Amino acid sequence: MTLLHVNRLSVGYGTQPVVDTLSFKLRRGESVGLVGESGSGKSQTALAILGLLPSHAAVSGSVRFRGNELVGATGRQLDAVRACGIGMVFQDPMQALNPYLRVGRQLREILVRHGIAQGGAADRKVVEMLDRVGLPDPDRQFRAWPHELSGGMRQRVMIAAALIAEPRLLIADEPTTALDVTVQAQILDLLEDLRDNTALLLITHDLGIVAGRCERMLVLERGRLVESGPTTAVFAAPQHSHTRALLAAAPRIARDAAPGPVKGSTLLAVEKASVCYRGRNRCDLMAVSDVSFSLRRGETIAVVGESGSGKSSLVRALLGLIPLRTGKVVYAGEPLAGPVERRAQVQRRDLQLVFQDPASALNPEMRVGRIVEEPLLVHEPGAGRDERRERVMAILDRVGLDARFLARYPHQLSGGQAQRVAIARALVLEPRVLICDEAVAALDGTVRQQVLALLQEAQRKTGLAVLFISHDLAVMHAISHRVLVMYLGRLVELADNATLFASPRHPYTRALLDSVPVPDPVAVMRRAPLRGEVPSPVDPPPGCVFHPRCPRVQPECRSQQPALRDVSGTRVACHFPL
Amino acid sequence: MLRYTLLRIAGAIPTLLIVIALAFLMVHAAPGGPFDDERVLPADVEANIAKAYHLDEPLPQQFVRYLGKLLQGDLGPSYRYRDYTVAELIGAAFPLSLKLGAMAMGLALVLGVAAGTAAALNRNTALDRVVMAFAMTGISIPVFVIAPLLVLLLAVKLQWLPAGWSGTSGATRYLLPVVTLALPQIAYIARLTRASMIDVLGQDFIRTARAQGLGGATVIRLHALKPAMLPVLSYLGPAVAAILTGSVVVEEIFGIPGLGQFFVRGALNRDYTLVLGIVVFYATLVVAFNLVVDVLYGVIDPRVRYR
Amino acid sequence: MNRTVRVCGGILLVLAAVAIAGPWLSPHGYADTNFDRLLLAPTFADQHFFGTDDLGRDLFVRTMLGIRVTLLVAIVASFVSLVIGVAWGAVAGFVGGRVDAMMMRLVDTLYALPFIFFVILLMVAFERNFLLIFIAIGAVNWLDMARIVRGQTLSLREREFVAAARLLGVSTPRIVLRHIAPNLIGIVIVYVTLTIPQAILVESFLSFLGLGIQEPETSLGSLVDAGVNQMEAASWMLLIPAILLALILLCFNFLGDGVRDFFDARQSR
Repeated sequence: MTLLHVNRLSVGYGTQPVVDTLSFKLRRGESVGLVGESGSGKSQTALAILGLLPSHAAVSGSVRFRGNELVGATGRQLDAVRACGIGMVFQDPMQALNPYLRVGRQLREILVRHGIAQGGAADRKVVEMLDRVGLPDPDRQFRAWPHELSGGMRQRVMIAAALIAEPRLLIADEPTTALDVTVQAQILDLLEDLRDNTALLLITHDLGIVAGRCERMLVLERGRLVESGPTTAVFAAPQHSHTRALLAAAPRIARDAAPGPVKGSTLLAVEKASVCYRGRNRCDLMAVSDVSFSLRRGETIAVVGESGSGKSSLVRALLGLIPLRTGKVVYAGEPLAGPVERRAQVQRRDLQLVFQDPASALNPEMRVGRIVEEPLLVHEPGAGRDERRERVMAILDRVGLDARFLARYPHQLSGGQAQRVAIARALVLEPRVLICDEAVAALDGTVRQQVLALLQEAQRKTGLAVLFISHDLAVMHAISHRVLVMYLGRLVELADNATLFASPRHPYTRALLDSVPVPDPVAVMRRAPLRGEVPSPVDPPPGCVFHPRCPRVQPECRSQQPALRDVSGTRVACHFPL
Repeated sequence: MLRYTLLRIAGAIPTLLIVIALAFLMVHAAPGGPFDDERVLPADVEANIAKAYHLDEPLPQQFVRYLGKLLQGDLGPSYRYRDYTVAELIGAAFPLSLKLGAMAMGLALVLGVAAGTAAALNRNTALDRVVMAFAMTGISIPVFVIAPLLVLLLAVKLQWLPAGWSGTSGATRYLLPVVTLALPQIAYIARLTRASMIDVLGQDFIRTARAQGLGGATVIRLHALKPAMLPVLSYLGPAVAAILTGSVVVEEIFGIPGLGQFFVRGALNRDYTLVLGIVVFYATLVVAFNLVVDVLYGVIDPRVRYR
Repeated sequence: MNRTVRVCGGILLVLAAVAIAGPWLSPHGYADTNFDRLLLAPTFADQHFFGTDDLGRDLFVRTMLGIRVTLLVAIVASFVSLVIGVAWGAVAGFVGGRVDAMMMRLVDTLYALPFIFFVILLMVAFERNFLLIFIAIGAVNWLDMARIVRGQTLSLREREFVAAARLLGVSTPRIVLRHIAPNLIGIVIVYVTLTIPQAILVESFLSFLGLGIQEPETSLGSLVDAGVNQMEAASWMLLIPAILLALILLCFNFLGDGVRDFFDARQSR
């Protein structure tokens, strides 16, 4: 029984089609994954189905929902299908709810406008729905403003809104991309539990999500459908080269062997570091508390944590961009001064940073050549024009860019190219420590692989030590020697890569590993291991900061803060390690 | 909400004090006294006058005296209209100015918001272009150019409307002054509304509302209107100041015996106490209005209250 | 740059050229009265292109003089507000913290005032002169500039490319000069262009009320004022300066909008 029939659908702006003669069918109650990299046209497809594209988009072809044509339908016809026939969940729950209306009002209006319920009955139905999506105290949430809710709770509200009119089809466009991994698992579970007979079109870039949750999958490449079929069949024997490339780029923790430990001398040591942000008081937000570790020559340490873990604050303090409240940083045996401006030039050139967002990390008014040359101008004033140019060319060549890029401005680069320029700028002085703050988070799978390979090559050649911050465990597993796990400003576990992934000691690390979607449809699908979300660092829980979410919590955990200790080679901060 | 309101009120008091001090200082730091340009007076007479007006005291003492009287609503005597106090003059002239100003403000809000919303919803159509061309003209051409041109056309040449104020009566005599006063504000509010409405309509939560099938009218009324009105609300403070400024010109051109006319006469006659009094009065009005707008902002935007 | 910008810029340049050269080529002086030729309608005879006023003075020369004064006030006042506003905003934004809070608190306080009345108060209290008008108008208009520049500096300072420069060992003056300043230029140009019509408006407003430029000197505002008094007998006395003033203001506003669109497009590219 066909529920949705998309036939030769094309969407274009100007000359280039973003969706190109796309055809597929969705049966009643079925769950289908629509997969592709950014720019593959998957979100445009979703918007086209619901008639939500801007008026200057050229749409052709046909979308039939339960036999009714939606392309070219009137606003009234579309409104009748929206919410009641097709519900939609968008990517960013922070932006998708109206900040000026109470949560209950936004849901209630859907019932009223579609004539489903009025007055007190509508209110009761909304509260009931909020309860079903797992919001604690739904009566109170009914009167809450969106800004009072966390990201995960807002996404629960969005799901409630999408399902409240009992649609036959739910379209979820990257519903968990903006969320932490432990919350992602909860939201995906919720979608699975609530949809019953509702068909699901799940749009995502993450093959791990599709593998566990969708019966069939569709693969898009630049607006064209390149492969479709049952998920297990596509994963087992991908037919199209793009599908194979996507699968190859999807990191799998179990599949790849972890790099072994590095035996080298200590290059950089962080001792009992704490970072505070001041508000009204001297210390209103303890972003990092009492973290110690050391980084060896030629080693990569991964720093893993969800939002609020303090990982970015830690590296910014280490680099001298923000002040340390207590503790110190020792580089090559010498303690480093607090602010970066007070550090010796040689220390400054040895420690470099690559940022998450290359668009923000490159000065929009400077050309690429100038951006990469600037470090040389500062640190090697003796070098002549020709020598500088030669070295700029050499480093650009190493990151895979040629002389054509010298005269370009950052806005003329793609995300991957811009990140390579940022890496070239960081490497041109041949630093000894490179810190990468989510340096590959903004990049698509295939580009990400290239950038990571680039960093590993630099490490092999020059013995570079790397501190790699990420929330992506699979990436960490592929490139790091040791892994440091942070939660709410504290170091909770530090171990060799292989040890940590094989036998984590901290319940949080265990949960984190279990939350990562596995890109393997045959693997047993696991339920979300953690309840709730990371509490606000402004008001951290007493005792062990993890105790409100810990599945193994004991009375002691609520009052006593666990110290970091050794458990068969792993440093772990837990009263009852696994 | 109460805490927020009290904080806002507490914040407005220093502003007001600074304003009064600034105005007071400007007048009293001026070279020469108010009676300098008249015939030369004997020294003892001059001293008596100075004593009567407390001009012989040190400046801080004069300021404190002025503030004290201000709290009782006493703005001192007028130097030129010898039989009247400044407060009496303001009390007599302001109601008419208030009436004109309120009418102009109401007109500007209704027409400006309507035109701006219409333009935003029909973006890049002929309607949008007409509204925007009108708005551009409105913000560019000053009141004192529009007013005489309208009088020349409608009153002098076509004789449809009365040109002046005195000697006429009825509603028609309000028409030209109110329209002239409102025109630039209509234009400004229309531009503001259009820009913010377009901005809001591009937000993700509007797309969400559309995806929920709420229908165009509901999306606008329930989801878009409130956030789109916030910039207009912020503009109300400056709008009051602009209408006060405009009223000075309009009252001058149409010969309306309002406060603006007294202000200009006072300024040209160098009637220090009158000008100072009116400036303090206007400033208080604007500060008070800004306060009301701030509090309203807190009512509409739930996020503001918690800052 | 789009067509509107080119057309408006062209009109303004032509007006400025005529205003500078016109009085110099005309046989009449701006203060020469001639009681045989009162309220003459515009004519080519004797080169009274715009007619004469109630004192028989040539209106073409006086109008050109008015344009000169208007443009001069606009440019000088905008420059004053540019200097104060950029300096104030850049310091507040770059230093940040408590200094920023205090500096911006003052701006907010001044912002709440009906400023033009203070300018009038200033005019009443002191002798009127050109310099005072320039300073007063500049002082009115710098607040917007300070706010904009401060906001932009603050956001630039937090941008990651500034952090990258600090890590690379680039000195603070060099960061300000090479990384922050070039990113401020666009927005400053836009707001200067938008400040000019504001300054013209204030000046002509004061002159219209008789509180600005004093006779026999003149500006477009004073000419409109004179025109209002004679509008029933000699409508050209009102129409010509009124239309020219409106034209100048329109051109500057369109110019500002066009320049803003240009830089907006550059920013979002």
